[in-house]
Amino acid sequence: MLEVRISKKLWHFNLELEVKIDNQILVLWGPSGAGKTTTLHCLAGLLKPSDGFIKLNAQVLFSSDEKIDVPTRLRNVGYLFQNYALFPHMTVRQNVLYGLRGKRRAGTSGVDAVELLNSFGVGHLIERYPGQLSGGERQRVALARALVVQPQLLLLDEPFSALDKSTRESLRQEVKKLHRQWKIPFVLVSHDEEDAQFLGDLIVSLENGRFRGDSLQAVSVQ
Amino acid sequence: MFAQLTDWYPVLLSVRVAVIATVVVTCLGLPVSRLLARGEFFGKDVLEAVITLPLVLPPSVVGYGLLILIGKNGLLGKMLAELGVTLIFTWWAAVIASTVVAFPLMYQSAKAAFKSVDINFEKAARTLGASELRIFFTITLPLAWPGILAGLVLTFARALGEFGATLMVAGNIPGQTQTIPLAIYFAVGAGKNEMARTLVAVITVFSFIVIYWVNRWAKKHQN
Repeated sequence: MLEVRISKKLWHFNLELEVKIDNQILVLWGPSGAGKTTTLHCLAGLLKPSDGFIKLNAQVLFSSDEKIDVPTRLRNVGYLFQNYALFPHMTVRQNVLYGLRGKRRAGTSGVDAVELLNSFGVGHLIERYPGQLSGGERQRVALARALVVQPQLLLLDEPFSALDKSTRESLRQEVKKLHRQWKIPFVLVSHDEEDAQFLGDLIVSLENGRFRGDSLQAVSVQ
Repeated sequence: MFAQLTDWYPVLLSVRVAVIATVVVTCLGLPVSRLLARGEFFGKDVLEAVITLPLVLPPSVVGYGLLILIGKNGLLGKMLAELGVTLIFTWWAAVIASTVVAFPLMYQSAKAAFKSVDINFEKAARTLGASELRIFFTITLPLAWPGILAGLVLTFARALGEFGATLMVAGNIPGQTQTIPLAIYFAVGAGKNEMARTLVAVITVFSFIVIYWVNRWAKKHQN
């Protein structure tokens, strides 16, 4: 369960988000420059909201009232970056194992990395470098890297924008399937209406940082 | 044509001074340039100008400044003298001179190299649970490495060739503070042309080998 009420002062507008989801897919939809990536950064702890709170399951990740701001590395939030941000000097294996070192040393073991890569159909690429992969392969590896640490929330920033149409459609299906398997909230950012309609359990459209119609009620489809 | 080189001291001293200066510049320069590569704060421009100044000033001016600082009656020199430490006119003064003069080269190269690393890699590492220290050593440093290597070569080269500031603070004491550039200058001044030529040949060959080896190595490790 993810509960968010944050505002973030940006230089030309005020970003506001108030939303509550269970293990659903929330799509933040809007034109570029609307503050979508900024919102994801706030959820991941890469940026600090000006005001409000973020609650993930039982844990408060951020609260301006209680002066809580859990650092990114302790938030247990998976993040799929727009261009995947795979470390170019590491192999697929090293990329996927990066998050397991240190973090999981103390307790729960992560998912088996090789198994995860196999399930994404990229197990045979394990010794390759990101530069040697296609766009779709990169995305699958980046997904595996984000999921191997067993996050409690997955953030996806324009996950299909760098892909051609056919790859895009099949990966959309995969993300939906993935969501059913993992049973954690997904927050997906997209400027593409089809992505939003296909994946979103809940779609929130951001215009200049506010929800459409100036209401703070999230617009639910279905 | 060439003189028999009986006294290797200037050669060994030059290499020793350049190596130590490079190590010091690297250890100080990498953290400083990493910190200043990103973010803005009050007085940053002034700080950067101060750091870069030794690159622009004539080495003799830097030397004079150091003389004021570490000389017998200098600000730092007085304090050190009470502890029984004298830097001025020792080969350590040559190390200090080389360090100050070469520092801006490492700073400029490393800062540009750190800036060139896509900030999303660091963010991704953060979301994967890595500490800032781990991110620096496993992500930022390896990705910035080509630029840092260029900084290392420039630093070593500048330190090896340091003349003006070194002469001011370390002097020209044969067998103690006389590095190759000083030895060459004073050999020519004393009319010992064969000795000068020999030293010129030694430092040219040595520099060539170092640069050649570094370039080869960098090419091999490009990926």
